[in-house]
Amino acid sequence: MGNDALSRRNVLGYFGMAAAVAMTASCGTANAGKSADGTVTLEFAQWWEPELPKGSLRTLMDTFEAKNPGIKVKLLSGPYASTKEQVIAGAAAGTMSDVVGLDGAWINDFSKQGSLADLSALMKESKYDQSQLASQVKIDGTTLMIPAVNFVYPMFTNDDLLAKAGVSKPPSTRSEFTAAAVAISKVDSNVKGWVLPLSQEAPNGIQNDVMSWVWASGGSMLKDGKPDLTNDAVHSAVNFVQDLWDKKVVSPGALTMKEQDKVEEFTNARVGMMIDSLAHIKLIRENNPKLKFSISAVPAVDGFTGKRGIPYAAWGIGIADNSPNKAEAWKLVDFLMSEETNAKLSSLSNSFPGNTKAVPDFVDSDALFKKAFEIYKGGYPANEFVGLPVAEQLMRSFDEELQKTLSGQQNVDKLLANAQATWMKSF
Amino acid sequence: MKSTLKDPEPLLETQWPADPVKPRKAGWGGLKRRLAPYGFVSPTVILMFVLMLVPIVMVIGYSFMNNVIMTKHPKFVGLDNYVTILTDSVFHTALANTLAFTFASVAAHIVLGLLFAMLLNSPLLGTRFKALFRAVYVLPWLFTVAIIAVLWRLLLDPNGVINFLLMNAGIIDSKIEWLSSPGTALFAVTFINIWAGYPFYMVSILAGLQGIPKDLYEAATVDGANNFQRFLHVTLPQLKPIIISMAMLDLIWTSQQFALIWMTTGGGPINVTEMLSTYTYKLAFSQYQFSLASAAAVVILLLSMILAFFYIRHQKARD
Repeated sequence: MGNDALSRRNVLGYFGMAAAVAMTASCGTANAGKSADGTVTLEFAQWWEPELPKGSLRTLMDTFEAKNPGIKVKLLSGPYASTKEQVIAGAAAGTMSDVVGLDGAWINDFSKQGSLADLSALMKESKYDQSQLASQVKIDGTTLMIPAVNFVYPMFTNDDLLAKAGVSKPPSTRSEFTAAAVAISKVDSNVKGWVLPLSQEAPNGIQNDVMSWVWASGGSMLKDGKPDLTNDAVHSAVNFVQDLWDKKVVSPGALTMKEQDKVEEFTNARVGMMIDSLAHIKLIRENNPKLKFSISAVPAVDGFTGKRGIPYAAWGIGIADNSPNKAEAWKLVDFLMSEETNAKLSSLSNSFPGNTKAVPDFVDSDALFKKAFEIYKGGYPANEFVGLPVAEQLMRSFDEELQKTLSGQQNVDKLLANAQATWMKSF
Repeated sequence: MKSTLKDPEPLLETQWPADPVKPRKAGWGGLKRRLAPYGFVSPTVILMFVLMLVPIVMVIGYSFMNNVIMTKHPKFVGLDNYVTILTDSVFHTALANTLAFTFASVAAHIVLGLLFAMLLNSPLLGTRFKALFRAVYVLPWLFTVAIIAVLWRLLLDPNGVINFLLMNAGIIDSKIEWLSSPGTALFAVTFINIWAGYPFYMVSILAGLQGIPKDLYEAATVDGANNFQRFLHVTLPQLKPIIISMAMLDLIWTSQQFALIWMTTGGGPINVTEMLSTYTYKLAFSQYQFSLASAAAVVILLLSMILAFFYIRHQKARD
């Protein structure tokens, strides 16, 4: 080997070593988000951007940056599940983004981890008017999350299928619902009255499609903040679901069905009724423009006259406790919760605003949303999973017990007793 | 008696011509030469250290703590997490499901891969037909897991194509909930995994078949062997090293299958398709029990290492 070749080999070897050292060194580089000219760059991790019209969240951030010179916002966007994993890992490693999109179901666990900043203190410090917020998620009296927008889950009914089944108006009680579901299931062998997604991959069917029956009749699955699954309200709702199952009016494939499958079944007119998010109205209209459907409150037990709880899911917002730029992060939260921006965000996402003064533009322009807004105002948002520890696991364990019951392996009493015992271990 | 033999002459040391250049001292040049190989391997070594060794050691460390990540000051709990995992009935179910899923998949992969490879190697088929079948048979391998999961969820839907065809053919008289029924779900996900994985075997075995010398078959024919005997005594022994290597790799890969199960059944209905991978994922990202999840992951690692040991031993024996 010539000297040149040897020399080239040596150079390559040193280059490789230097590159490797540089690579490992860069792993530990800390970034406080502040540049030399004093500009603060906030990281905002969320799953909202992919679910909003393209570029719309960036446009809102541009407006924020224009109003707040010296603050830039970097959007870290991903699907819901990966955002959750990213937030958990970031919290453990101390690299959580300054501002994070949150689901109420995660809050208790993040609270234990100590990864979220005390928003109560930040609001007090900036003399923020808290009365304009529709709700706040608190753990031990401390606000950790503010719901930016709320997606309510009313009952959707297929007008044509109901008419064919001889049902003149959407059911408002459980008996009417059962009768309508039975009648719809007789219209065609490929059509069922109701759809119930119970996939264990995303077990939110327990929250939206099962517990919604409890809340719609003013019931609760908790007592003094602890599980109370064996009470009459839960027992009656689960019995009702079991009865619909036994009458064979539930769409087949329920035990591994996901929320998107539920929407697809309804969109393709294979089910007459479903409980679903308002956010899907646009999708249903796009995929089946001919489908005629209505929105109503979730039916309650016969004779119920009280206020009905309407299930909801929220896009919440919080600030990382490890953020070195909490004051700037609060400015972003304040901006997103302001009357004007919050109305825009809720219009873009087809949801209801977290600011009580904000009015999304679709309320006046769309009859279905107008109706939904009336239902929303007439009842109260109900989601008892918000703030519970390991909320998703609670849904999953209930789901597993419900699946055993629907498969005939146990009765409702055993289901509720087992679920109660499992839930108690997490409290 | 006095020895008459002469003492052997001492062995001559190698005679080097007088070197006009002074011997090289172990200075900067020597050091450079010695360091050069380390420079070449250092990127790989550091990558393996950062991306493999560190995470593995961290996970093993986590498995002995009470609950890392969710607790700021986790405590050492010894083997408690392993005892919890190994005595959990869901873990036993997941282990049994993983074994059934893995061995059924690998066995079917071998049989189908061999069958299709022999078909594509057959002199009875023309070149064009072979090219067409080769493209068709290899298709499942070209799809990503997400596509495979969505595709089969649609096909196996109670209102899907499979039920439609079976009902029209008179094979079934009512819709079967393939993925949602506790009685058929494990079979259905195993079937999907078999469909997705056989082309890997087919391609490799086909290459092996094309490398078998023809004179072996000619010699067997001369000895009076029929087609089946030639397959049994020539083809199979020649393919044995390939099949064993691939089966061992496949055992390792399939036992760790997560995405397909998660996207089709999520481990349900109830827990009939719960695998060790989905069980571990749920512990970590649903229950936030990262230490228990780490203990489960270490158990999976140990099981995989047993398979890897046999694979490496087999590879060494081949070399």
